[in-house]
This record gives sequence, C-alpha cells and structure tokens, in this order.
Amino acid sequence: MAVERSLLEVNNLQVGFRFGEVYHNAVDGVSLTLKNNEILAIVGESGCGKSTLATSIMGLHDPKNTKISGEVLYKDLNLLDLNEKLYNRIRGNDIGMIFQDPLGSLNPLMTIFNQISEALEYHSDMNEEQRKARVLELLNQVGIPRPEQIMKAYPHELSGGMRQRVVIAIALANKPPIIIADEPTTALDVTIQAQILDLMNDIQDETGSGIILITHDLGVVAETADRVAVMYAGQIVEEAPVEELFANPLHPYTRSLLNSIPHELESDDDELHVIHGTVPSLQKLPRKGCRFAPRIPWIADEAHEEDPVLHEVSPNHKVRCTCWKHFHFEGEEK
Amino acid sequence: MWKTIFRRLLLMIPQIIILSILIFIIADFMPGDPFTGMIDPNIDPAQLEAQREAFGLNDPLIVRYFRWAGNALQGDFGRSFNFQQPVTAVIGGRMGNTIRLSLLSTIFTYGIGLPLGIMAGRYNETVFDKGVLVYNFVSFAIPVFVLALLMVWIFGYNLNWFPSRGSVSISANTTWEIWWSRLYHLLLPSITTAILGTTSIIQFLRSEIIDAKVSDYVKTARSKGVPIQKVYTKHIFRNASLPIASGFGFTIVALFTGSIFIEQIFNFRGMGFLFLQSINTRDYSVIFVLVMFYGLMGLIGTLLSDLILMAVDPRIRID
Repeated sequence: MAVERSLLEVNNLQVGFRFGEVYHNAVDGVSLTLKNNEILAIVGESGCGKSTLATSIMGLHDPKNTKISGEVLYKDLNLLDLNEKLYNRIRGNDIGMIFQDPLGSLNPLMTIFNQISEALEYHSDMNEEQRKARVLELLNQVGIPRPEQIMKAYPHELSGGMRQRVVIAIALANKPPIIIADEPTTALDVTIQAQILDLMNDIQDETGSGIILITHDLGVVAETADRVAVMYAGQIVEEAPVEELFANPLHPYTRSLLNSIPHELESDDDELHVIHGTVPSLQKLPRKGCRFAPRIPWIADEAHEEDPVLHEVSPNHKVRCTCWKHFHFEGEEK
Repeated sequence: MWKTIFRRLLLMIPQIIILSILIFIIADFMPGDPFTGMIDPNIDPAQLEAQREAFGLNDPLIVRYFRWAGNALQGDFGRSFNFQQPVTAVIGGRMGNTIRLSLLSTIFTYGIGLPLGIMAGRYNETVFDKGVLVYNFVSFAIPVFVLALLMVWIFGYNLNWFPSRGSVSISANTTWEIWWSRLYHLLLPSITTAILGTTSIIQFLRSEIIDAKVSDYVKTARSKGVPIQKVYTKHIFRNASLPIASGFGFTIVALFTGSIFIEQIFNFRGMGFLFLQSINTRDYSVIFVLVMFYGLMGLIGTLLSDLILMAVDPRIRID
C-alpha cells in the first residue's frame, strides 16, 4: 500500500551538544518513521530533546558545537551526509518547517510577500509574476483575508494568528512532502490555536504531506495526530497510534503526563497531579538504566531494565523498559 | 512625514532660545572677561574700565542678553574681541578645515569599523574575533590625548611619516599642492579619530550579528533553503545595522562640530581649536555662536537619526 511506505526514516539519531570539551546527547538514539499522509506527534516536556530532533532533521545545527550521528533517510538519501549546498535544495523544497514564535520567526524588515517569495526563489524558476500569483494562492490557502494588501504589509502589522498563518504559508510554498511543525500553537491563545490546528488538518487533507508535529500539549495531540511518540530525556519512551495511546497508555511517563492533565475537581481534597522532580540537565542525566526511574522512586529498582529498549507490546505500540508492568501511582496500591 | 519634520523644526525654536539663555547665564559665571588677559602695567585700569563700559560688558545680564538676541535675529552675531573680525567670518574660516577632517575621519571610522564588526560577528569565537575584541578594549580604554600624543610621537616625530601639526604646509602654492598638502596633514589626526571612534560600531555590529545569527527569523530563512551567504546579506546584516543607522545622524552632524582634543593636539585650526581658544580668551561672542551652533547641530542630528531609522526600519513610523 502506498500509504504505508515511509516518507522519512530516522535511525538511531544522536545529537550531542558541546559543553567545554565533552558532548552531551540531547537526542539519544531516536528512531522514527513518518509515513505519507500522516501526522506524527512528538510529545514531551521542555528540555526532552524534541525541538533538537526537529532542527537536526533540518540540518540547522552549528557543526562546531554539535555532533550528530545516525541516519535521516529521505528518498534513499541520508540527509546527515549532505553538504550545505545539497541540504539547501532539500530545505524548503522537500521539508518545510513551522516555528514556535510567529513574531520572531519572520524577518521584521521584510514584507510578507518577500518572505514567502524568498522560499520560491531558490527552488523554482518562477518569474516575479508567477511568484506573485503563487504567494496569493498560498495566502488564500492559509486563510488570510485581503491577501493583496497583506502581501505588502510587514510582520508587526499582523496579529499573532495571522503571522503564524504566514509562517505556515512559507513552509507550504514549495508543496513539500514533509512538514515539521515545532510547537506551532504554543505562542497563540486558545481560540487561535484551534484555528491553526484546523488549518493544519485541512492542509494535511489537501496536500497529503507527512507532518511531524512537535508539542507538549496533549490536547493538541488528541485533536490532530495519527500517531504519537512520547519523548523523555532524549529518548522515545512510548510510541503508539493516537487512540491506542490515550486509551491504553503504558509507560509510567505517559501515564503520569495524562494523569497530570487538570480535570474537574470532584471534591476539595482532589489535588492537581504532578510529576515529581524535573528533567535532569544534559550533563547530569544518567545514561545507564531507565531514565524515568528517579522520578518514580517508589517503584522498586528491580522493576526497571538495566539497559531499557523499546519493546513492541502490541502491534504498533512500543514501550521502553519493563517498569510499566509494575507501575502504579504513588499512594496507590498495585 | 513632512508634517512631522515641520513640527520637529518648529520645536527647535524654543529649544534654541532656552539654550541661548542657559549659555548666557553660565558664561556669566565664568571669571574674567575679554580684557582680563590684557592687563598690562602700561595700560591705565580706568581706560580698560571705559572700554568695558563702551562694549556694554558692565550692563546687567538681561540687557546684554536682549541686545545680543536682537542683533542675532538680524544676522549680526557681533565681532570677535580676539580676532577683531565678525564672528561669522571667524567661524566660517575654520569650518572648511573641520569638515575636511571630519569627513576623512568618518570614512576611516566606518572603513575600519564596519568590516571588523561584521567579520567579528560572523566568525565570532575565532582568533580573528578575539583579536578584534582586544583592539576594541584597547581603543575604548585609551584616552584620546594619550593615543593622539603617541601617534604624533611615533608617526610624526620618530618615523617622520606624517606632519604632526597644522592643516596645510605654507610652502604649498598651486591648487594641487595645497589639496595634497591638506590631505597629507589630515591623515594622522583622522586615523587617530577613527581608531577611537570604531569601538561602538564594532561592538554594536558584532553583538547584533551574534544575536541575529541564532534568531528565529534566521532559522526560518535557513529552513527555506536560502544559502548561508544570502542569509547574511539579506537577513542578518540588515537587522544588525539598525543601531548603526540610528547613530548615523549624529555622525553627519559631527562633521561640522569637530573634535576639541584632536584639533588641539594636532594644532589643527578647526572649530574645536577655535572653541577652546575662545574660552581661554573669554571671546564671548564666538563662544555663544559656537555653543548655539553645536546645540542646533545636536537637535538636527537627533532629527536626522530618527528619519534614517524610519527609512530603514518599517516598525518605526512617526506621524
């Protein structure tokens, strides 16, 4: 089946940042596949490496301070082997990227038209007229009213939601088969968030692109994603189709995340559930054993694997470590 | 926009008036007057007193102010006591030298500052960048008179590459010789000025470029597939040059005001030299006009800077 063919394959990706003379991995052995026509969500709290994963697929890291290994396969090419020149042909043309902060991600000194048109300049031989027509088409597609006028405007003249639509238009300019959206709704207020998510769903229906959606918001995941990968401390700890993940979460981290979503309090004794502790910093992160273990200290050490790997527990549902079998919330009887 | 410019120009009138009153009051605090330096056993003090009376120096401050202001409004700024010439002629005679010196200094300042700032920002944390930083600290920390004296001592006196004083050689006769001699005299003071003036340009450009390099709009540009060289020219440099552009109005104005220290040390007869000389000789009429001129230039510089910033940054609109 054509739909099942993978569009992008990430194999054992390691991204290390340099601290003095040592490299510490922010992404530590991530493997993923993105299929045609699907939205793959990557969820995790701040600092878990999800944005680093996205920017390393785009090849945006400074080679002086980062060490990247593994494979990012696209159309039989390992993107990580490409030089700048070849990578520039892929960026924007085959992979479009949407960033988090819609004000910061637009150049304040350039008109909307110039910023979208720039994406076309390097990947097509359209002339000025054709580019103008394409920009208009894009602005219409992302639902911007009065596109003729907006084209001549500067970013500061638009609202946050409009700016994010422009950022999406830039990513879509060359109809890339892959779109990476890094927290596209985080900087927007809730009503605008919903509009942008609808827009992304529509775009996905229209273009059939594969979308990697990076977010920390489980609500966003539930609304848009087809498949979910949960990341913790640079690793994927659980991966499953979206319905399966919400219906049957297994890994203690996933369960803790879902448990910590505020719900209606039934009595005054009801408290907001939190996950103890914080994500360890890169330098202090224990590289051996289950990385989530320190945050669930009431679970016996024997429950964890020594070198946890992803196990496929049911078709398409993968979980890291065996501790999920013994996990119970604190104060709760197993 | 024209309305704004017109309004700003109108606003300068009260500012200039307030400035002139302040100068008059402050000048009144200065001990001595134009005749103080002329005390001579052969001159009868009564005669000096009569002269003071004749020039109106003994009148109350308010009387003197309105007399001066009334004349100034008619374009008469009085005569210089020291040069025995109309003030406008004295200042006009110095302006050319100062403009030439400042123009060359500005060219050197930006000629050194822009490339160093851009390269240091683009290749930051390299040996080159560290070298630029060291240069910047030294040029920022060294007082103008120390550097100027060092330059005179090394290049003017020891190596004898450049003339160390004056603005033109007396032996120059033909037009060509005069201009060449002027340029030759300008080199040492203007390079000295430039070395001292590059600090803020380099520092601003460097840090703005380093900030811009990791900004989100640069990530967007790179994820469009824009080659890195184009990212620098189209995105980073333009954004990084905003603070430099906003300072450019003052730079243009500084062309006319000159540098008091540099002109003094290089014995270069420009506006700055004249200013200090006039203060020393209590040549009030020249001091008043010079300070008013500096004040007016400051106001025009602010307006120019605003206009330049408006031209380069679409976020700034004054209307």
